[in-house]
Amino acid sequence: MERLLNFVYAYRALFTFLALEFFCAWLIVENNQYQSTKFFNSSNRISARIISFSSTVREYLSLRDINTDLAGENADLRKKLEQRNQSLYSFDVRELRDPAIINRFDYVSAKVVNNSTGFTKNFITINKGTDAGIKPGMAVISAKGAVGKVKSVSKHYSVLISLLNIDEQVSSVIKSLGYFGTSQWDGVDPRQVELLYIPRHVKLHTGDTVVTSGYNAVFPEGVLVGVIKEVNLKEETPFYDIKVELAQDFGNLTFVEVIKSTLKQEKDSLEQVTIGEPK
Amino acid sequence: MSRSGIFYFLSFFIYLVLQVLLFKSLVLFNTAFCFLYVAFILFLPIEFSTLALMFIGFALGFMVDIFYDSLGLHAFTLVLIAYVRNYWLSVISPQGGYDAGTGLTLAVNGAQWFLVYTLPLIFLHHSVLFFLEAGGFSVFWYTMLKVVGSLLFTMTVIILIQYISAERRSA
Repeated sequence: MERLLNFVYAYRALFTFLALEFFCAWLIVENNQYQSTKFFNSSNRISARIISFSSTVREYLSLRDINTDLAGENADLRKKLEQRNQSLYSFDVRELRDPAIINRFDYVSAKVVNNSTGFTKNFITINKGTDAGIKPGMAVISAKGAVGKVKSVSKHYSVLISLLNIDEQVSSVIKSLGYFGTSQWDGVDPRQVELLYIPRHVKLHTGDTVVTSGYNAVFPEGVLVGVIKEVNLKEETPFYDIKVELAQDFGNLTFVEVIKSTLKQEKDSLEQVTIGEPK
Repeated sequence: MSRSGIFYFLSFFIYLVLQVLLFKSLVLFNTAFCFLYVAFILFLPIEFSTLALMFIGFALGFMVDIFYDSLGLHAFTLVLIAYVRNYWLSVISPQGGYDAGTGLTLAVNGAQWFLVYTLPLIFLHHSVLFFLEAGGFSVFWYTMLKVVGSLLFTMTVIILIQYISAERRSA
């Protein structure tokens, strides 16, 4: 009788084990689905508070660098604004008078409270959420370059899919040549991503800049992704192997800007009408 | 709740807080992680049943997951470790079995037993975790590097803590 009980007992452990593991596996699969407003991640209220508290403590240590960076960015922006103002005198800008086009991108500044680079699927938590008008799918950039896409939001926080996430793809273009491809991380070196689908007849040089193409309307056109660092062409492949050194060092990300694209919906629905619903 | 119950309840949260506030941002060379929270499951007393261990492991893993934005991943691996733990303990039990109420520590059972107990379990935990996170074996050697690096890091911290707590107890 005791052995029988032991036997049943052992089986109970096994079944509980299987049930728990199935549940966890389901959670993992579910969590990998793109874009969602989920509760159980670092954007929920309690965990986000704890994380942002610990990040405020750490922030003091790097305050000097952050200030220098921000001041530098300010100066840079002022210079760009002045250049733009000057160049507008010499161009006919009638077609740009439409306020919907001029205001098509709106920027929300946010602070990074949580970030990782060591996993293959890295996420970033920032301290702005639905209160600031952030929605899943919006693009996020920093002063130096592209950062990622909003995955899920809570009231005051959002979780971003970092560019350093093997599931994240960004439509990009080689600035000097105009050829476009897709930037994607290979999960190894946090300082570089791969640029895919550049055909082999293109003449490439290391040092060419890679920027976002603006084709998917998430990122505005011309946000810096990085600089081509290494070009390989295998005999049998139709595309290049290109390594792009990232402009943004993800190891020290402090402030980012979320881009609200007001015309995204219009563009998407127009494309859907023309091309048809994806089947 | 008994006194030891409160002690385990508190250390649950201590391990959790240490993991998500300290060791989460402590990554060496971008490859070596420290997953100290595994130690909580490993060093619960031998009297804990597999069933209880699994539920505790699930709760701890789930909470770690919330902070790592990897829902299910740490819970999955920690439930696995909790399930295997007691079997592994009985496989490597010393002559005459474990003394009841002494605890599974380095000081009580010796360095050799301690390594035989912790190393394989932590290796299992790290390999399942990293390969599951990478979604397969596509970048095998780099993932293996992360596993081994993290194994060394976690083991170092666990052994350090063992020595510190042993000294305090004897003092």
